[in-house]
Amino acid sequence: MIPRIVHIASNTFREAVRDRVLYNLIAFALLLSGAAIFVGQISIEIERLVVVNLGLTAVSLFGIVIAIFIGIGLVSKEIEKRTLYTVLSRPVRRWEFIVGKFLGLAGTLVVNTFFMAIGVFGALLYVAHKFSKPDALILVALYFIVLEFLIICSLALLFSSFSSPLLSAVFAFSLFVIGSFADDLRGFAGLTHGMTRWFAMAAAYLVPNFSALNVISAVAHQQHVAGQLILQNTLYALFYTVMAMSGAVLIFERRNLK
Amino acid sequence: MSRARRTTVIAATCLTVSMGASILLLRHIDRIRPQATIEDVLYVNSPSVVKRASLGFDGLMACIYWTRTVQYFGHRHFELAHTYNELAPLLEITTTLDPHLVPAYEFGASFLAPQPPNGAGEPVRAVQLMQYGIEHNPDNWRLYYDLGFVYYTELKDYRNAAATFERGSKVPNAHPFMKIMAAQMATHAGDFATARMLWTATYESSSESSIKENAITHLRAIRVDEDITHLEEAVARYRERNGVVPISMSEVIAAEHIPGVPVDPDGNPYVLSWDGQVQLQNPDDFPFITKGLPPGYIPSKPKFHSKG
Repeated sequence: MIPRIVHIASNTFREAVRDRVLYNLIAFALLLSGAAIFVGQISIEIERLVVVNLGLTAVSLFGIVIAIFIGIGLVSKEIEKRTLYTVLSRPVRRWEFIVGKFLGLAGTLVVNTFFMAIGVFGALLYVAHKFSKPDALILVALYFIVLEFLIICSLALLFSSFSSPLLSAVFAFSLFVIGSFADDLRGFAGLTHGMTRWFAMAAAYLVPNFSALNVISAVAHQQHVAGQLILQNTLYALFYTVMAMSGAVLIFERRNLK
Repeated sequence: MSRARRTTVIAATCLTVSMGASILLLRHIDRIRPQATIEDVLYVNSPSVVKRASLGFDGLMACIYWTRTVQYFGHRHFELAHTYNELAPLLEITTTLDPHLVPAYEFGASFLAPQPPNGAGEPVRAVQLMQYGIEHNPDNWRLYYDLGFVYYTELKDYRNAAATFERGSKVPNAHPFMKIMAAQMATHAGDFATARMLWTATYESSSESSIKENAITHLRAIRVDEDITHLEEAVARYRERNGVVPISMSEVIAAEHIPGVPVDPDGNPYVLSWDGQVQLQNPDDFPFITKGLPPGYIPSKPKFHSKG
């Protein structure tokens, strides 16, 4: 079982690299080096803040775009090219295919994030000339961003398992936007009464809460991130990913591929 | 030339020509469009809407808005504008997006508070901005210092200035001069010595070169104001004694036994006008002075010094 999943995952990773997904690193490097050099000249006292904020925001946004646009095609592309039938005609279970695809995409994003992290720290060294202890907090923010990617990948795969690529992209992106407003949604639910309250509360808890995973501003100001938050965010992301992946497997298992 | 090569050359030529033409046209269009439509418009002026629209990336948005604020102020200041309509909303959006962006409070207050053309002439909004900053960063003593400064320099509200310095002095790790400042405000608020002390403290406690330069400019202005006050007092005494206005500075020097010719911080002698007013030779070199300006003086555009 595990070798089959690893095989599918490594193929997915290779395919993403062949599709020149990692080319986004060039745009990222240009963006960050440009910001590091020019912001000091057009603004006041925020060079470090810009590098951290821009760097982490770019890591997050680039990754989300990759997760959505590759994730939505993972299943449909295989069906379209008819390679899925070749894979499933071998002793590969459908759920193994889905999990392998997920791990391949997640791996691509982790590698991408690793290189971007090097870029962020390089730009930081350029503007600050040295690292300080609180800079290590950037690693926590990067870790949370990776957790965010896991959730998005699983959602993209979930939608991809039953819908067209275009609709999957719309659904996944909408959930990302709604998830960014999750705290507001909960606040809104608190203001309503009766059935509306229940529906709003259910929706607020069902959509992924990306605001809890966003500590970019806090890290930019070198504010401490609680260990409890790291632990609970990790568990939350894992549970949410497992939930979405389970949904994807359930749907894909029953999908008529003829 | 092969067919494929010919196509490449034509396409490359078309690309270059059309790119050049579009850039030239855009430059022409910018000249035709009124400047106000480009610079003086805040497309979204609700801080909460901008915060929502940033999708959680409000730190980066705050940096963008802060840069925009600096550019807006710099441009208006260079143009010697008397209105800074978008400055306060820009600062409000910036600090709502990131309430911990301390430079936005420190510099923002110094943009808002002074009278035009040195600032927006909105000291009350500067106070509101600093109070918001203190609310969100209560452990930053510099914000209390800057707020006390606005009360002192722009509003001449010495009681509130003293109270603010006093509150700031109680913040952990506050600079010891906060306590001295509070006491000084209560007793000698209007003195040149107090003003000099404040700006010296600003110079010594900041590592930012622009703040240091600003402090030096103010210290130079304080020295000019103080010199001219003393010289005008001397002229008044001369007039009282002799019943006429002195016709030259040398008469004042002789009558008052002043050692040497009084000069400004750049070494240029002060001059006496026909009606007994003491004036500077180069008032453009001393922004922020309140005395020694020729009648009807209009300041010229600020000079930009190259660092080196």
